[in-house]
Amino acid sequence: MSDPVEDKKPVLSLRGLTTVFKTDLGAVKAVDSLDLDLPTGATLGIVGESGCGKSTVGLSIMKLIPEPPGRIASGEIIFEGEDLTKLSNRQMRSIRGKKISIIFQEPMTSLNPVLRIGETLSEVIRTHQRVSRKLAWEKSIDALDKVRIPSPHIRINDYPHEMSGGMRQRVMIALAICCEPSLIIADEPTTALDVTIQAQILSLLRGIKQALGTSIILITHNLGVIAENTEKVAVMYAGRLVEYADTAALFDSPLHPYTQGLVLTVPRLGARKEKQSRLNVIPGLVPNLLNLGPGCHFADRCTCVMDRCRRLKPDVHICDEKHLVRCWRYA
Amino acid sequence: MMRDAADHKALLEAPRQTFRSLARRRFLRHRLALVGAVIVAAIVLMAVFAPWLAPHDPNHVNIMLAREGPSSGHFLGSDLVGRDVLSRLIYGSRVSLSVGLLAVGVYMAIGLILGCVAGYFGGWVDMMVSRMVDAVLSFPTLMLILVIVGLLGPSLFNIILVLGFLGWPEVARIVRGQTLAVREELYVLSSEAAGAPSSRILLKDILPNIMSPVIVNATFGVARAILIEAGLSFLGMGVQPPTASWGNMLNDAQSLSILETMPWMWVPPGLMIFIATISINFVGDGLRDALDPKLN
Repeated sequence: MSDPVEDKKPVLSLRGLTTVFKTDLGAVKAVDSLDLDLPTGATLGIVGESGCGKSTVGLSIMKLIPEPPGRIASGEIIFEGEDLTKLSNRQMRSIRGKKISIIFQEPMTSLNPVLRIGETLSEVIRTHQRVSRKLAWEKSIDALDKVRIPSPHIRINDYPHEMSGGMRQRVMIALAICCEPSLIIADEPTTALDVTIQAQILSLLRGIKQALGTSIILITHNLGVIAENTEKVAVMYAGRLVEYADTAALFDSPLHPYTQGLVLTVPRLGARKEKQSRLNVIPGLVPNLLNLGPGCHFADRCTCVMDRCRRLKPDVHICDEKHLVRCWRYA
Repeated sequence: MMRDAADHKALLEAPRQTFRSLARRRFLRHRLALVGAVIVAAIVLMAVFAPWLAPHDPNHVNIMLAREGPSSGHFLGSDLVGRDVLSRLIYGSRVSLSVGLLAVGVYMAIGLILGCVAGYFGGWVDMMVSRMVDAVLSFPTLMLILVIVGLLGPSLFNIILVLGFLGWPEVARIVRGQTLAVREELYVLSSEAAGAPSSRILLKDILPNIMSPVIVNATFGVARAILIEAGLSFLGMGVQPPTASWGNMLNDAQSLSILETMPWMWVPPGLMIFIATISINFVGDGLRDALDPKLN
């Protein structure tokens, strides 16, 4: 089976990305030597529990980690052949919003309440393109039209509080796409929205990807969203990548015990008939990032834990060509 | 689909409830603030149209008329050297208002810039500004004003300057605190993520969102500056005669005989100071309630 996505050069490659936060109790590695490739034009899903570092990955790529306490300690972020970690703040500003955009989880608070939608949009356009106010305004209307906001020429005069959550998230997407970036990072774009709006927003993102050829990183904890919207998926646990595969392969044959557990926790219609009246859970809690053992971070919750899991850090092993897993069972 | 379209049409035709229209309505509901605003407006008009309103030249000395009580020619009587009290009262409003507005204007500008920069950039900039605030706030203000005015010479301009340079720390402190809070808002992060430079984040995202408490503080500041000017002029360290100010009109009333027998010389300016400051403070109260986003 040939994969057209795989033939292209990755638009983004992370190599050993490590992001550290200093706390009073010690340094925390929110992201621990992460290697990841995003093929051009693909959608990569990053899943994991709260606090596993998935949002930190998004902010690290944008170099928006609040510093202090945070810091990108080491690693490379290679975007279109250029290492972002080596760029100055000024150079980063010309990439943010123009080549890489990010959509946040909270549409309700992501828009400046004192500016009209059109003012916010025009500002972003005029930051990256030398156009007149009038043209920027027209481009803003275009952008609103692209995210299917009805009567964009009227809604452009709205203040954020005059819009619903779904509408505001559409505006956020319009902001993200108005300069036609090559990469959009969507950090839980639908978590704050109700289910029907979720579906609309996700289909909108899919449409934009097709229309503009944008690559997307979709950060979420919702496996259903991953299954429907991504071609590649990375599973993170306690700051580390534990599994990376084609989405279909991951759901068909999850390799890492954590991923296996995750896939089983998804409720399915009709599950009761299969004599499975209770939903599966993964026992235990996410470990405290402040005192992680030397071995596999999942060892304490793992059903097939071995002696060396607790002592030694497992490496990433390659199974079936494109399926990567960090587990001693596959060593 | 049909219903959606109808909803949408209704939405577009509904009256807009912007923050500004809400604030305006809340302010208008505040009775005292409304009365205050009307009085303040009247005082402003009085100051602007003083030459047309004043029945006499405020500085015209007529010894023959000295210490005359109110009469049909001089509604509020005349002072020690026979100048018309009413005319001086009307011209005095110009001094009070210009001290109030300009001094506050000067220290708002300083306080806003320093507070924003300190709050947004943090680090050593914040450290410097905060220590400067502490230093200025730990001076005994009135003494400092008296010393500086004494050194520079008492004049309207110098008073404005001194009040301006002593008033900013409080504003800087408010602005810094607000900026620290607003800086954490997601829309600031969104702007950064869209590649906006710091200057625009400060001007478009932070400044407009911290203005409410600053405007309220400025209003109270105007009233306070008017009081300080009156106090200084009363002590003879303020606006110098023959220029009329409410404060230096009171200065004339320092003798017991005037206090006891010639109330027309000191009651009107005293009353004006009281009315002006309390009206402005009412307006400030009303603005505070109207602009409080928590009451939305």
